[in-house]
Amino acid sequence: MKKIVSLLVVLILSVSVFVGCETEGEEKSNDTKKSEELSGSIEIDGSSTVYPITMAVAEEFQIGHEDTEVTVGVSGTGGGMKRFTIGETNISNASREIKEEEAEIAEENGIEFTRLTVALDGISVVVNSNNDWADDITVEELKKIWEPNSSVKKWSDINSNWPEEEIKLYGPGTDSGTFDYFTEAIVGESGATRTDFTASEDDNVLVQGVAGDEYALGYFGYAYYEENKDKLKALSIDGVEPTPENIGSEKYTPLARPIFIYVNNDHYKNKSQVKEFVDYYLNNGKSIVPSTGYVALTEERYEEELNKLKELGTK
Amino acid sequence: MSNVKKRKLIDKGFHILVFLTTLFGLLILSILLFDILKDGLKWINIEFFTNFTSRFAEKAGIRAPLFGSIWIITITMIFAFPIGVGSALYLEEYSDDKKILTKIIKLNISNLAGVPSIVFGILGLGIFVNFLGFGRSILSGALTLTLLILPIIIVSSQEAIKSVPKELRHGAYALGATKWQVVKGVVLPYSLPGILTGSILAIARALGETAPLIIIGAVTFIAFIPESIFDKFTTLPMQVYNWSTMPQTEFHDLAAGAIIILLILLLGANAVAIILRNKYQNRIK
Repeated sequence: MKKIVSLLVVLILSVSVFVGCETEGEEKSNDTKKSEELSGSIEIDGSSTVYPITMAVAEEFQIGHEDTEVTVGVSGTGGGMKRFTIGETNISNASREIKEEEAEIAEENGIEFTRLTVALDGISVVVNSNNDWADDITVEELKKIWEPNSSVKKWSDINSNWPEEEIKLYGPGTDSGTFDYFTEAIVGESGATRTDFTASEDDNVLVQGVAGDEYALGYFGYAYYEENKDKLKALSIDGVEPTPENIGSEKYTPLARPIFIYVNNDHYKNKSQVKEFVDYYLNNGKSIVPSTGYVALTEERYEEELNKLKELGTK
Repeated sequence: MSNVKKRKLIDKGFHILVFLTTLFGLLILSILLFDILKDGLKWINIEFFTNFTSRFAEKAGIRAPLFGSIWIITITMIFAFPIGVGSALYLEEYSDDKKILTKIIKLNISNLAGVPSIVFGILGLGIFVNFLGFGRSILSGALTLTLLILPIIIVSSQEAIKSVPKELRHGAYALGATKWQVVKGVVLPYSLPGILTGSILAIARALGETAPLIIIGAVTFIAFIPESIFDKFTTLPMQVYNWSTMPQTEFHDLAAGAIIILLILLLGANAVAIILRNKYQNRIK
């Protein structure tokens, strides 16, 4: 019995210690915020599409910069922007451009930022590997398939030489940046799409879907096609295949999609670790990006991005 | 005679039916375990524990999420256990059941147990992260999970306390014991095994949660180990989710590896609770 009582006492004591910590903690957290700047924390949040690239850069950056603390979250482009536009994060990963509303909030909070293109993704239009009729598709044909209230029900509705079989469509869900970009580039209006297709936020589900259905057609990021080349076949768009070369040189239009990071100008100028990190990102993008399944920009394009920052200057 | 035979047949039939339903659950569990072990076991080695996550599957490890999960679960239990058991004791021993207020509290606690976890995440973001200014720290995460599992602990503790035989209480009162003495000497020791069982379920739930932690801003890439409750963190389920959405299949196997560790952690926590439970159960007998 005594043991129970002592157990309880210990628990209650530990709680009161923690409660004590809480109030102390508030002061402390303010202190640590200041000292964190000196010891070098770099806070990044945003799109899960950009995450693999930024994470890879952070991984390499931490080697040789052990005293800096880089964290990368995956709140989504929108969620990341919410934190970025109030100055909470130093860098925001974005798979689309900043929205007007978001830019307005940033302005209200006196946050100035620079958009940097760090890599390219080629949205790949894929079919089953047993599909022996289609190799190429035009933008018009894609528009015909994906536009709202599309009349395309069978493969033969696209091209009369193709089989009279029902076409099964797979695509990312509406929360995805890939979805926004694809609808904008193909249908002409961001978010405009037919609704009778299988949607998933997890691209691996789309891969499984297309790989398991001879009459399927779907679209998703290049990395997911590249990893599943044995099960899938990518269609060329207006005769251009989605290869790293074609995507990197932006020949693969209109589906070569830029991947961005947004950098807080003030943090870039005044926090040496943020400047170090962003410079490292652009200087080493060429070698790091390909290992993540995305396509690196050309040398000159990285130079251009670096020049954007040079204009900011540093203190 | 035939009537007896028929009744016995039905009896046997029912026996087989319930046996099959039990088997169904076990079958699914063993398929799941087999699948995970097959994919994940080959990835578990020393480096898997000592490395941080990486873009190369063979270099990736679970050091940060493992420590994050242990931190989170420890702090959560420190908050949730005393508050939960305390509330249950008040509701069962001290409050007046006929009062409307007590009824409202009890109803609300049962309702809270059914609230989706993401709602607690939004609450945690509002209160702990922004209003109280704890930031996106272990403390905010643990407090959010505390809110999430409190109803489970309270309800199960209430059930355990209710199961204490009236005779024991009355006996103690007859000897002139005060309410506190009855709680301390009779109610708690008798109900502790039940309370611990409820807590096991609660730990399991908290350990597996992802949604509320994503909302309050637990990070995914972190290459240092948290040193205080104000540090940023990531947890095993978040790492599992992240790896399973990667395009490379090796990461899916890596996710299975992390799931194995998560299961072991869970079994470990359960084992501690079961040992404690048996210890107190034996003492009562």
